[in-house]
Amino acid sequence: MWLRVLFILVFINHSTLGSASDGEWSGYIAAEWRTFFESPTDVAQHGDTTSLSAQAEYYREWEGGKKSFRFTPFVRIDGRDSQRSHFDIRELNWTSVHDDWELTAGIGKVFWGVTESQHLVDIINQTDLVESTDGEEKLGQLMLKLSFTRDWGDVDLFLLPGFRERTFPSRIGRLRSIAAVDVGHAEYASSQGQDHIDAAVRWSTSFGDWDVGVSHFSGTSREPRFRPELNGGRTILIPIYETIDQSSLDLQATKDDWLWKLELISRSGQGDRYTAATAGFEYSLYGIFESSVDLGIIAEYLYDDRKEAASTPFEDDLFLGARLAINDEASSELLAGMIVDLDNNSRVMSVEASRRIGDNWKINLEARFFSNIDNKDSLVSFENDDFMQLELAWYF
Amino acid sequence: MKLISLLVVSVLFSSPFVSADSEKKGLAIAVEIDKRDTGFGDTTANMTMLLKNRHGQESTRYIRLRTLEVKGDGDKSMSIFDRPRDVKGTAFLSYTHKQGSDDQWLYLPALKRVKRISSRNKSGSFMGSEFAYEDISSQEVEKYTYKYLKDEACGVDTCFVIERDPVDELSGYTRQVAWINKKEYRPEKIDFYDRKNTLLKTLTYRDYQQYRGQFWRANEMFMENHQTGKTTLLKWSNYKFGTGLSARDFNKNSLKRAR
Repeated sequence: MWLRVLFILVFINHSTLGSASDGEWSGYIAAEWRTFFESPTDVAQHGDTTSLSAQAEYYREWEGGKKSFRFTPFVRIDGRDSQRSHFDIRELNWTSVHDDWELTAGIGKVFWGVTESQHLVDIINQTDLVESTDGEEKLGQLMLKLSFTRDWGDVDLFLLPGFRERTFPSRIGRLRSIAAVDVGHAEYASSQGQDHIDAAVRWSTSFGDWDVGVSHFSGTSREPRFRPELNGGRTILIPIYETIDQSSLDLQATKDDWLWKLELISRSGQGDRYTAATAGFEYSLYGIFESSVDLGIIAEYLYDDRKEAASTPFEDDLFLGARLAINDEASSELLAGMIVDLDNNSRVMSVEASRRIGDNWKINLEARFFSNIDNKDSLVSFENDDFMQLELAWYF
Repeated sequence: MKLISLLVVSVLFSSPFVSADSEKKGLAIAVEIDKRDTGFGDTTANMTMLLKNRHGQESTRYIRLRTLEVKGDGDKSMSIFDRPRDVKGTAFLSYTHKQGSDDQWLYLPALKRVKRISSRNKSGSFMGSEFAYEDISSQEVEKYTYKYLKDEACGVDTCFVIERDPVDELSGYTRQVAWINKKEYRPEKIDFYDRKNTLLKTLTYRDYQQYRGQFWRANEMFMENHQTGKTTLLKWSNYKFGTGLSARDFNKNSLKRAR
C-alpha cells in the first residue's frame, strides 16, 4: 500500500515540474541514554539503555509553494528493546493549495487540541508509545485531507485508510503494563480489521480572543482496550481495537496573561458512551525578577466519567506545572509538572529541559517519577520505572 | 547679562518639553512617516540575525518574513525560522492592531501544533536577540504619544529628533528618542530608555534602499545594548514588494504549511 502511494507521489512530482524549488533535506541524529532508578517490577525487564534515533525531512515545492512534496522518515535503534527499535514514515505527502481550499494526499501528521497535560481531542494519528509515554509522539497516518477556508472558519475533511497499531514495549522493555502487550495479535471489532477506512471532520475558527474547534471522528479507536490471555503460563494482553464515534470540542480563550483551555470528548463504541475532559489555564509572568526569564504556571483538571473503569489513569486528577523560558541565545527551557490523582493520591512527576549548544547541537533532559502509586491505579505497572534520560541531538 | 543668557538657555531647553506645539509637531512627523510607508501592499524579505555577546561569541538566526498591509488596522505578518536548525520550520503569525492587544499564533513543527499565544510579552527578547517583540512588530502611529525635540545633523542629512512614549503600560520602555531623516521621513537612529529611564539600547539603521520609488528599507539594523554589551545585527536581503500575497496567506492553515 505504502509503496504504491510512494510511486504515485513520485509520479505526480515529476509530472508537475515547473517553477520548482530545489529539494532540501534537513533533520537530526540523536543519541539517548536512559537510566532507571529502581529494579524493574519483572526480572525480565532491562536496566539502563542507550539508543540512537534519526529523522530526516525532504521538502520540495513548485509554483511558489502552491504544490509541495514532503518525505519524513524516522528510525530508532534501541540497545535493549527490539520493539522500541523501529522505522516509521512520519510523512510522505503531496499538497496542492488553491484559493480557498487545499488537498493533502499521502502519509501525514495532524494535531488537534489546546491543553498540555493530555491530548484527548487529538485522534488522527496513532501514538508511537515506545517513543514516549507522554503520548505526543505519533506514527504517520495515510490520509486524504481536504481543507476549505471560509469567512466562518476552516473545515477539514479526512479519509483515513490503513489503520496503524499502537506501538508497545516488548516483554523485556520498561514502562510497560505488568503483563506485556502482544502486538502481533491485535483484534478488531470491525470485520474489515486494519482495512477499515476511518473518516473525520473538523471545523475550527478564531474570533477575537477565542479559538474554537469542533470535530467528529468515526472509525477504529487509536486507543485499544485489552483482553488478558494465558500464553505458555504467562499472562499477555491482546489489544482490541473497537470501532468508535468521538465528538469533541476544544476551546481556548486568550485573555491577556491568561490562557483558558478546555478539551471535551464524548465517545461511543467502547462499552457505554462516556465523556472525558481536560480544563484549566496557563498564566504567564514575563521577565520575572527583572531578568529575561518568563514563567508560566499551568493548572489543569483531568476528568473521565467512567471513574475507576477508565482506560486512562487520569479520571479525577489535577495537573500542576511550571514552564521556564530563559530567553537566552541557547533557548534554554524547563517544564516541570505533577499529576495527582485526587482519589488515591498517586503522583506522576516529570521534568523536561533543553538547551542548544552552538548552532547545531541540542541537549534534552527528561525525567519521570512515579510515587505513592495506589495498587488499584493503572499506573501501578510503572511504579518501579522512575527514569531520567539525556539526549544529545545534532541537527543538519 | 549672565542672567539673561541663563534665561534664554532655560527657555530654549524647557519649552519643547511642555508646549502643545511640540506634541503636535511630533505627531505630525509620525503621521507623515506612516503616510509615506502606506500603500506597499505586501512584502517578503529574508533576515539574518547575528547575535554577539560581551565576549564576542556569535550565533546566527535565519528568518523569512511576509507582511501584508491591512487598511484601517495594523499589518499581518508571518515569520518563518530556518536557523538555528533545531527550530527550523517554526513559524509565527501575528495580527497587529492599532488598538487593543495583537493576535499571535505559533506553529511547532515537531508536534504539528498551532498554539495561540499571549501577546502581552512585548518587552521579551525575540529569539534571544537584543530586539524585543515590540521593536520588531508593526509600528502604528497610535502606539505612542509624541514630542518634537529639535533638529540635529545626522550624517550628511538633517534629522528631526522626536521623543515617543509607548501608550501600552506593558512596554519595556519609558520613552524612545528617534532621529528621523527630514527629507525622507525614515528613522536613522533610536535610543531606548528602560523603565528606570536609563539608556538601555541604541538602534542604528544603515544602508537604506528605496523600493518602488517610495518605500525605504534599511539593509542593516544594528542594536546595541548598553547595559549588557550584547549586540544584534539584522541583515535584510531579497526584499520584494507586491508579490501577490493575500489574507489567505496569513491564516492558521497557511501557518501550518509555512516554509
